[in-house]
Amino acid sequence: MQRNVNVWARVDWFTIILYLVMVLMGWVNIYAAVYSEEHRSIFDWNMRYGKQMLWIGAAIVLALISLSIDTRAFSFFAYFIYALSLISLMLVLVLGKEVNGARAWFEIGQLRLQPTEFAKVATCLAVAKYLSSYNARSDKLKTWIIAGIIIAVPAVLIALQPDIGSVVVFAAFTLTFYREGFPGIILLFGFLLVFLSLIALVASPFTVLIVILVIALIAFFIVRQRIPELLVAIVGLTISYFFSRMIAVRLLHFPDNPYYYLLFATGVMGVIALVNIVRKKIRYVFWIVFLTFVAIGFTYSIDYFFDNFLQPHQQQRINILLGKESDPKGAEYNVAQSKIAIGSGGFFGKGFLQGTQTKFNFVPEQSTDFIFCTVGEEWGFVGSFIVLGLFVILLLRILHLSELQRSAFSRIYGYGVATIMFMHVAINVGMTIGLLPVIGIPLPFFSYGGSSLWAFTLLLFIFLRLDASRLEVLR
Amino acid sequence: MNNQFANRYYIISGIFVLVVLIYLIRLFYMQIIDTSYKFSAENNSQRYVTLYPARGLIYDRKGQLIVSNQAAYDLMVNPQELRPFDTATFCSILGITPEYVRQTIRKARNYSRYKSSPFLYQIPDSVYAAFQEQLYRFPGFYVQPRTLRHYERKIAAHFLGYVGEVDSSHIKNDSYYQMGDYIGMSGMEKAYEKELRGVKGVKIYLVDVHNRIKGSLANGRFDRPAVQGKNVTATIDADLQAYGEKLIKNFRGGIVAIEPATGEILALISNPSYDPQMLIGRARAINFVRLRDDPSNPLFNRALQSKNPPGSTFKLLNALVGLQTGAITPQSTFGCARGYTVGPVHVGCHVHPTPLDLIGGIQYSCNAYFCNVFRRIIDNPKEKNRFSAYQHWRDLVMSFGLGKKIQTDLPHELGGNIPSLEYYNRIYRNSWNSVTIISLSIGQGEIGITPLQLANMAAIIANRGYYYIPHSVRLINGYDSIDMRFKQKQYTAFDSSLFDIVVEGMYRAVNGPGGGTALNGAVKGLDICGKTGTAQNPHGDDHSIFIAFAPRNNPKIAIAVYIENGGFGATIAVPIASLMIEKYLTDTITRPWYEEYLRTKTIIYPKK
Repeated sequence: MQRNVNVWARVDWFTIILYLVMVLMGWVNIYAAVYSEEHRSIFDWNMRYGKQMLWIGAAIVLALISLSIDTRAFSFFAYFIYALSLISLMLVLVLGKEVNGARAWFEIGQLRLQPTEFAKVATCLAVAKYLSSYNARSDKLKTWIIAGIIIAVPAVLIALQPDIGSVVVFAAFTLTFYREGFPGIILLFGFLLVFLSLIALVASPFTVLIVILVIALIAFFIVRQRIPELLVAIVGLTISYFFSRMIAVRLLHFPDNPYYYLLFATGVMGVIALVNIVRKKIRYVFWIVFLTFVAIGFTYSIDYFFDNFLQPHQQQRINILLGKESDPKGAEYNVAQSKIAIGSGGFFGKGFLQGTQTKFNFVPEQSTDFIFCTVGEEWGFVGSFIVLGLFVILLLRILHLSELQRSAFSRIYGYGVATIMFMHVAINVGMTIGLLPVIGIPLPFFSYGGSSLWAFTLLLFIFLRLDASRLEVLR
Repeated sequence: MNNQFANRYYIISGIFVLVVLIYLIRLFYMQIIDTSYKFSAENNSQRYVTLYPARGLIYDRKGQLIVSNQAAYDLMVNPQELRPFDTATFCSILGITPEYVRQTIRKARNYSRYKSSPFLYQIPDSVYAAFQEQLYRFPGFYVQPRTLRHYERKIAAHFLGYVGEVDSSHIKNDSYYQMGDYIGMSGMEKAYEKELRGVKGVKIYLVDVHNRIKGSLANGRFDRPAVQGKNVTATIDADLQAYGEKLIKNFRGGIVAIEPATGEILALISNPSYDPQMLIGRARAINFVRLRDDPSNPLFNRALQSKNPPGSTFKLLNALVGLQTGAITPQSTFGCARGYTVGPVHVGCHVHPTPLDLIGGIQYSCNAYFCNVFRRIIDNPKEKNRFSAYQHWRDLVMSFGLGKKIQTDLPHELGGNIPSLEYYNRIYRNSWNSVTIISLSIGQGEIGITPLQLANMAAIIANRGYYYIPHSVRLINGYDSIDMRFKQKQYTAFDSSLFDIVVEGMYRAVNGPGGGTALNGAVKGLDICGKTGTAQNPHGDDHSIFIAFAPRNNPKIAIAVYIENGGFGATIAVPIASLMIEKYLTDTITRPWYEEYLRTKTIIYPKK
């Protein structure tokens, strides 16, 4: 049963107003960021703020188009759009223009388009389409493998550009998966993996191994809830470690590297655990032992990956974030200048167009990836608070609306929108305030650039269109 | 798969809120609690440009300008703004080599890519004009105006001193200075650095990340203009100084002239000298090394630093000590048999009437007379023993400003030497007597006295017993605000009444009647009183010395002339002093043949 209702009456005006407010704030801040005495007019088309006005105009057109398309079309064409997007991602690798070392742009005359941004919309649609299908059951491993492939394919294509920042954004979909029944324990494990990766990059293999063993022992205790077994495990590890080390070094004259002997001890205890697992039929403990070894292998390969796959500047940025390297004129310069700009803003900020750090180009990429610096410097803590507050309100509003959807497609899509935006905000702001490494991704609605603005507009307004007719579709 | 997992809505919402909360806490810390970012921001975006003041002008005592300033331009380079440029033209305009360009740019880059570094110091006016027209062709270069000293006359190099760039020790000692500042290194420039340097100003510009100027901070509200240094009126008479320098040109030595009534230094000459203009601008470094390595040592200020035996001029002091201690009276008469002989010791003398009283002893500079005087002083029965007698002698002598620094305002003054009692006790193991140290009677031996001290000696006698500390500055910014110590009479330990006898001897030495050692120095009507000296020199010919003052009553000038290897005092020192006195007092020269004599007279100085 379907009812056709006037979309303008049903559409969520609250979100639209939030959207317009943020886009306008973004425009004003771009004006402040690239302001120059020779081009005072905000409508000057030679400057980024003039162009951004054009992009905003186009975005509003896109929004109107999105709102006027039949709801069913999005679901119907989801895979088609996804396929188009994949093709565009492949084409850009061949035909694209290289900017800042990434082949990520189509250049058509004056206009530059970044297919990566639109791939997020397409992937969001495809994920929603797949997970809302009857075949996709949350308790089946196959469901999550296929869903994983849906996000992995564009992610890999983007990684080839290479644009690691956008790849990371695709990880946002795991939160959507989680809402749809993806086991939380795996997500937790994934989070642990990220945590271990960071440890692996910072600490020595020996320390990493100890961290893994501590986590494993905690998990073991949580599963078994028996102190004697925990003690046996700890004592067993300790004895086999010191015993093997003593024999190897003293009698066999092997080199004395603690890491190998702790690894050996872990292996010994693993075998003993497996024997007990078979004897006592305790399945969960098998997983703990298995995952412990996976974690060991994983952390070991992290270093390999870091050394062989990441670009030097990315390695450097990560190293700086992890405090392993200091280079005030290189990668750290960006973060340092960004922090100085934001930190010097104070409570009320320096005032519109008064930010010396952003106005005089101390902050790199100030109109795109580092637009939040302008907010922080010129509007102070008040401005930062308002901007982050608007984002939280928007995100929670989208989640709330998603939960109201009767159609699984709409709900999943809504979650996709919210989690992608969240990931963008978290990474972008996190990097400007020095909490995350500098991986260049835009701040939704604020950063200068047509592609990103249009993609986020599409992302949001497709959801608003779906939401406007949430009463029409009764599954 | 739908609402079975609806509670996860709260977990996901919670994650969103949590992350934003963490960020807000971080922002609160960065923007409100931690203030270090604000300082960083100011350092980032404000450029302090130092405005260098011009140093104060220096005038001579008659108001003649002797040191002024000239504009100079430091060429600065900002590596960030450099673009490829026509090196050949660039080098030919500035007169530098491409190698210099390469090296200096590399150095500037190493210092900072964004901040300017000096590229070429003190481009002369003429080059600057040519370069200015072409400046647009060399982006990244700009010109910073500075002022350099300009010397109106090529005189008084040692008196005026020179200005150089500060080094790290100056910066450590006085926080006023920064790298690249100038400071007085010697002479008046050093002594009156605080008055002459002025106050640096500052202009605060807002700059962008490329260090490009975007305007001034708050419309220049916080800018401070540079304040020019105070103008200083020196005590010297530029014409007298120049005249003295002309007369001494062929000789090595020092001349100091003092106004006895004030202690003002009228001329302070050391030769060999140099053109002060040599030690400014870009040539300074090269010229300084050249002057430093010159075997004739033109940087050595003989007037303040060469310590030599005063020769017979010292007899005046022994006469005064003899009178003061009662060892002799003006009527004490001694004979002279072409010298003075005690046992193995013989001090020679020249031919003159004998016997002589004190006035005659001074007039004819009789060695035997003063050997007797000195022995009477040391062997004075009123003294406990020879040691206390010597100590008394030394105390009286030192009250003349000898054997210690006079504490003039000019830097690098040396104190000379009057041997101490301990010194003689040590080298002679206490077994010495008046004969052992008899050479002190005629100003030989271990005594060391600088030309400044000699001149001061003349001034004391001219004043009949006191002096003002010789100094180099009369007025600061037109006001008589020099140090109080130059205003205080320094009394010697001698009764004023004793001097007239000595002055009479000095008058007769120059003017007769009869003979005299400095008769060639007499100028009719000027009443010059003087005493020659001939200091024995183990390394070569004797040094020619003359101290004098004039007129006899109410003297206007006291002078000491010290000419190394000049022979008898009368040979060179007397003509120079006489001409300078005449020049100063009458501003005319009546004896051009003397000038000619000095101009053609040469002394072969040993190459050291």
